[in-house]
Amino acid sequence: MDDLTVALTGNPNTGKSTIFNELTGARQKIGNWPGVTVDKKTGLIDYKGRKISVVDLPGTYSINARSQEEKVVSDFFKDNKPDIVVDIVDASNMARNLFLTVQLLEQNIPLVINLNMMDEAKRHGITIDAAKLEKAFGMPVTNTVGRSNASVRTLLDVFTSTRMENYNPSEILQKHIDKIHAIKNSGQSAEKIEEEMISARYDFIDKVMSEAVTVHAANQTLSDKLDNYLANGITSLVIMVAMMWGLFQITFNWIGQPVADLLGEFFEETLAPSVAESLAAADVADWMQSLISDGIIVGVGSVLSFVPLIFTLFFFLSFLDGTGYMARVAFLMDPIMRRAGLTGKGIMPLIMGFGCGVPAIMGARALDTHKDRMISILVTPFLTCNAKLPILALFAAMFFPDNAANIVFGMYFLGIAVAIIMAKILGSTTFKGQQSTFLLELPPYRLPDMKTVLLETWDKGKGYLVKAGTIIFAMSVLIWFLSNFNSSGMVEDESESYLKSIGSGISVLFAPQGFDTWESGAAVVTGVLAKEAVVSTMGILYGEDEISAEAEDAEETSATMMETAMGSAFTPLSALAFMIFTQLYSPCVTALGTIKKETQSWKWMGFAFLYTCSVAWVLSLIVYQGGKLLGFE
Amino acid sequence: MTLKDAKVGEIVRIDSVEESELKPRLLTMGLIPGTRVEILRSAPFGDPIAIRLRAYNLALRKDDAEKIQVSQVG
Repeated sequence: MDDLTVALTGNPNTGKSTIFNELTGARQKIGNWPGVTVDKKTGLIDYKGRKISVVDLPGTYSINARSQEEKVVSDFFKDNKPDIVVDIVDASNMARNLFLTVQLLEQNIPLVINLNMMDEAKRHGITIDAAKLEKAFGMPVTNTVGRSNASVRTLLDVFTSTRMENYNPSEILQKHIDKIHAIKNSGQSAEKIEEEMISARYDFIDKVMSEAVTVHAANQTLSDKLDNYLANGITSLVIMVAMMWGLFQITFNWIGQPVADLLGEFFEETLAPSVAESLAAADVADWMQSLISDGIIVGVGSVLSFVPLIFTLFFFLSFLDGTGYMARVAFLMDPIMRRAGLTGKGIMPLIMGFGCGVPAIMGARALDTHKDRMISILVTPFLTCNAKLPILALFAAMFFPDNAANIVFGMYFLGIAVAIIMAKILGSTTFKGQQSTFLLELPPYRLPDMKTVLLETWDKGKGYLVKAGTIIFAMSVLIWFLSNFNSSGMVEDESESYLKSIGSGISVLFAPQGFDTWESGAAVVTGVLAKEAVVSTMGILYGEDEISAEAEDAEETSATMMETAMGSAFTPLSALAFMIFTQLYSPCVTALGTIKKETQSWKWMGFAFLYTCSVAWVLSLIVYQGGKLLGFE
Repeated sequence: MTLKDAKVGEIVRIDSVEESELKPRLLTMGLIPGTRVEILRSAPFGDPIAIRLRAYNLALRKDDAEKIQVSQVG
């Protein structure tokens, strides 16, 4: 028998992804719709000897091609004729859900109308007469219960047994479609036409609903009761801060980072030496040994050590998102975010930026408009991520022993201030005119479907591994080459390598900031590979190989380092300038790779690199020269 | 009066929506003339507000609520 293609469409928050995941399980492919950063999910099912391929279209409220998602859906139907289109309708919220249904039917797209969340609708006192609904539209109507595997499997029988050719619009639907055509051809202004069409659709929906749906007096729902605490008054803010703190702790202190450290340890202490040993035993050329042990293993290790962080973080973010709580966070934070030219939804990715910029940049894709996404991505690198903390901690302890904590706190504050100012500047220049809006559905609280949460986590983690991994891999090999070679071949010591030449070359740029040694130049370069590398490079170059990159050890480390040449290479003022520069300059390559992936543009990646470096350079210059004028050293 | 002036707990009916870039989206989301809207709450800083219409909850900014003319029904 023939293969069958099925497309799933529907509003956001209808449980569409859950149905898709239930149907296709892990046998799904995730790509991108051409030209946009919207995920394209397809899955293949074998059922009763037929191959059914299912496409999960992005959730939209309408198909007016105003957002990326809407454009994807309307283009899809222009170019494709799937055998069956299933419109997933949230039965507890039918009136608004049917808007898309009606719009699709107007385009002559026959639909299977699937009422999902029937259990929830029942709890809300909503009774739906499916037979009447079927008659009103002339289209087959099915129903499923959210998160019930069995009820979703019944859809497969619907797919294989339904022939959409047998269904025609009902008389009243045809009348509505005729009316829409009449409005379209009425010769009024485009706005007026659209307005009348929208009214006509809701009129039609109200008529259908009055026949097929009865609503008994609804009590205050559990969701509304929860919102009295979670989206109301001071308690909601306290709960939100506690939740974010918890998420942060889990990711960076309790689960993600400890696992990441274990992985890192395994790479450095177990894998690298054993590989080195077997390479040496096999008599492999020296440069090859070094490339594999110091370049590839270290580089791949640094990619992999981010993986536990990303998986942990995205697991909990997907979970929270699935509960509907993230919409409340956006609701609570909008007034604050708006002052920075962003919207409430942007708070979550930014907060993540204090842990690691990579998930923060990836998280920006949840934002509504291009403007919000771009600004969020471009200001995230200014925030103090975990990897910058050791730099701040070491320098503050070495050069400001009496004020170390204040200096570190000041750097955090500086990062936030620069991010806000740059958001404002970008919002009123580069992205001027692109409106940032806040119109957000507050969906009922639901227990998320674990399969969906896990699949989402896996997708994001895998995407990071594949795309960012290739770039980091290439960069690690490059940095390895630079620190081990010069024009005459391989060198014994970094101080003879290309890195030294580059370090000296770059350090010229920092003469006005007072830290123009080749060592700091080299540290700035390796810091682009990973911010942790700034401290370890300093350690290696100033002859303390065993320097700890942990912020907690800063005090001890600083005492050791003060005795080296580093103690005299900086004055407190030039150390401050160096801290400001490293706090603000280029995102690390992992973050740059993620920016490239998320913006789908080398140009924006280049821009992110150049403009952060410029801001860092100018601010460190102002502080150093200003400080000197005021008589500091 | 506008939706911005309506108090928490009040139920109003939409009379008209002022022209703006957001208007088509507001209409699509069901904020068309004649629709009954209940004001549920405002965020702790007073803005945005949460409303209930057509059996679902929606959050919008006061600046945008100001563009929606309403009259009181209960």
